[in-house]
Amino acid sequence: MDAIILQILNGLDKGSAYALIALGLTLIFGTLGVVNFAHGALFMIGAFVAVTLQRIFNLSFEQIDPTKKDFLGNPLKVEVPYVEAWFGADVGDWLIDWSVPLAIIFAIPVMLLVGFVMERGLIKHFYKRPHADQILVTFGLAIVLQELIKYFFGANPIQTGAPDAFSGSMDFGVLLGFDPNVIIYPYWRLVYFLFAAIVIGAVFSFLQFTTFGMVVRAGMADRETVGLLGINIDKRFTLMFGLAAAVAGMAGVMYTPILAPNYHMGMDFLVLSFVVVVVGGMGSLPGAVAAGFLLGVLQSFASMNEIKSLIPGIDQVIIYLVAIIILLTRPRGLMGRAGVMEE
Amino acid sequence: MSKSNFTRRGLLKTGAVTGAGLAMPTIFTSGAMAFTNEPTGDTVTFGFNVPQTGPYAEEGLDELRAQELAIQHINGEGDGGMLNTFSSKALDGTGILGKKAAFVTGDTQTKSDAARASAKSMIEKDGVVMINGGSSSGVAVAVQGLCQEAGIIFMAGLTHSNDTTGKDRKANGFRHFFNAYMSGAALAPVLKNAYGTDRRAYHLTADYTWGWTQQESIQNATEALGWETVNNVMTPVGAGDFSSYITPVLNSGADVLILNHYGGDMVNSLTQSIQFGLRDAQANGKNFEIVVPLYSELMAAGAGENIKGVYGSMNWNWQLTDAGTQAFVKSFGEKYGRPPSGSAHTCYVQTLLYADAVTRAGSFNPCAVAEALEGFEFDGMGNGPTLYRAEDHQCFKDVLVMKGAENPTTEYDTLEIVEVTPVDQVMYEPNHPMFGGDEASLGECNDGA
Repeated sequence: MDAIILQILNGLDKGSAYALIALGLTLIFGTLGVVNFAHGALFMIGAFVAVTLQRIFNLSFEQIDPTKKDFLGNPLKVEVPYVEAWFGADVGDWLIDWSVPLAIIFAIPVMLLVGFVMERGLIKHFYKRPHADQILVTFGLAIVLQELIKYFFGANPIQTGAPDAFSGSMDFGVLLGFDPNVIIYPYWRLVYFLFAAIVIGAVFSFLQFTTFGMVVRAGMADRETVGLLGINIDKRFTLMFGLAAAVAGMAGVMYTPILAPNYHMGMDFLVLSFVVVVVGGMGSLPGAVAAGFLLGVLQSFASMNEIKSLIPGIDQVIIYLVAIIILLTRPRGLMGRAGVMEE
Repeated sequence: MSKSNFTRRGLLKTGAVTGAGLAMPTIFTSGAMAFTNEPTGDTVTFGFNVPQTGPYAEEGLDELRAQELAIQHINGEGDGGMLNTFSSKALDGTGILGKKAAFVTGDTQTKSDAARASAKSMIEKDGVVMINGGSSSGVAVAVQGLCQEAGIIFMAGLTHSNDTTGKDRKANGFRHFFNAYMSGAALAPVLKNAYGTDRRAYHLTADYTWGWTQQESIQNATEALGWETVNNVMTPVGAGDFSSYITPVLNSGADVLILNHYGGDMVNSLTQSIQFGLRDAQANGKNFEIVVPLYSELMAAGAGENIKGVYGSMNWNWQLTDAGTQAFVKSFGEKYGRPPSGSAHTCYVQTLLYADAVTRAGSFNPCAVAEALEGFEFDGMGNGPTLYRAEDHQCFKDVLVMKGAENPTTEYDTLEIVEVTPVDQVMYEPNHPMFGGDEASLGECNDGA
């Protein structure tokens, strides 16, 4: 039982990332009709906003420590972060320690700007082009973005830790009545799940309970009619692109303590997230979220030794197998609407 | 009565002339190209095939730095580095057999097909006589096979799978780097001292040639100590999130986790294992421990504080204090402002060893070079006395057991040397079952003629 609960937790955690990326993908597809293969790159850029902030806080000047030697036998140059020199050791250390959560504050405007530039600068020129053209151009853009990240940050994964307060793990099993040390789970992964739930809830609330969201939903359902009412739906859809970019970016920032950021992490998530969108139903926001969590949990269960010993390699193909079964039985996905990508 | 024009003398003359005529092209051909890419000008070109893009690009960059330094030293530029400490004095800093050494580079992308394509291009278009470099065993085995077919020498870079000089060994291929068997043999006594003989190990293993041989080697070595192997779970390369593979470990009855991972996978699986509290856990009344059989400095820096106290092994480390290491670290450090990595070291040494073998053989013919390398004993290259064994083209030398440093002062000393394991402890027979057994064979040297 404890193994099942652990895999459910793992699945919800993975599913959180899938759901957040798929949510943005669906928002863009539902509003602008664009299949955005650069969306994984937005997740990656978000992660590197966290890396950048961590590096900014770690910007240092050198002090010579005559008591120690470097690898060439010269007196060791010790790096002292400016934030420690300016604000004192306590505040400086705190800023460095909390750089990941603080990066959320920076990621939102950065990602809105990146989304705006991406949409206005490139993607808007492909609205009326076939989906194949959109896929090609956004895929090309994703490769350019990941090569740029590699140029500036290198190819190796970069450790970006959670704050010390969340770096350990909690005895989750005790809360459920198990013996101690049976279900141990990292604090940060639980934080990530809560964060995802809050962001998803906020996006749905925004769309459901604000006038702006209502117009966007109306535009997603019938763009032409909303336009005939004199509403500039294009402008709102551009803002939705920015919102989707911000969601992907925040998801990337918060994922850095779980997976050391590297330049190809966006591509790793992109394919799975697209499967999530298709399984959930193209254009369906609840479908994307539900499919994200569902496939995350299934993937975790498929990684269990008991399952793998029965069907070797199942952990690698489970998502695609489920996608095939769902598309055979429900061609529009779990919650897909009629008429989407069917013209 | 008919009269024949044929006479015995005439027939002999005609036969001799015809025979000479038929033989002529062969004589000219062999004179023009006695072997693949025989250097004819005043330079000789090496091909450095390293990952310049892809997940191991940082290692590839460090390999390139070292290879460029080796070329400079061969040509008499700079301070000479390890040429000053190398036991063979055949190289005198004037190039190789009167020719200046030059190089071209290729990008393996850490993909076997891309690595073969770039190696093929360097052989056919750039006329390289030797290929060196790489950071993956899959790539090394693929490129080694290509060099065998093409008739040039392959001086492997970072490749740790037993197969490279085991079942996939080739007459034209040579490996200076240590292998998975040696890691297991070196680590086992240290693990015994640190953790005892009553341990239960759980393996997570990268699902490709290196992972398989690494796992088999460390399992054999630890079981010989009395450890029990609880489980071995294959993980996909580049899995990223290993949580689904890590969570079953704690309740599996194991008290040691062995991560047969390298590169980004090692960084992620180690970090995530620590996030899941394995280092703080108790199992079977003992502290839970983690072991990473193969370390690299670049990856250790990526893992940050998570490697503190974790044991692993290395082929070489810049913190060694022998004269060869100090000469190389000084040369490399003054040129690039950082100490060299283990992959840089092996590529540097391999380049010098090739140049030295050519000089001792007096020829660039790959079969003559191979003969000069086979059974060659040398010292002064950072690993102590070393043998290039003739039977499998594997170098035998001391192996380092490392541990994540408790208090590193810079990003370069995140690992500390725990023990230098003597070469005798990591030796094995050429027909060892883990290396292809009796069926494994180098085959015939191919010079491409």
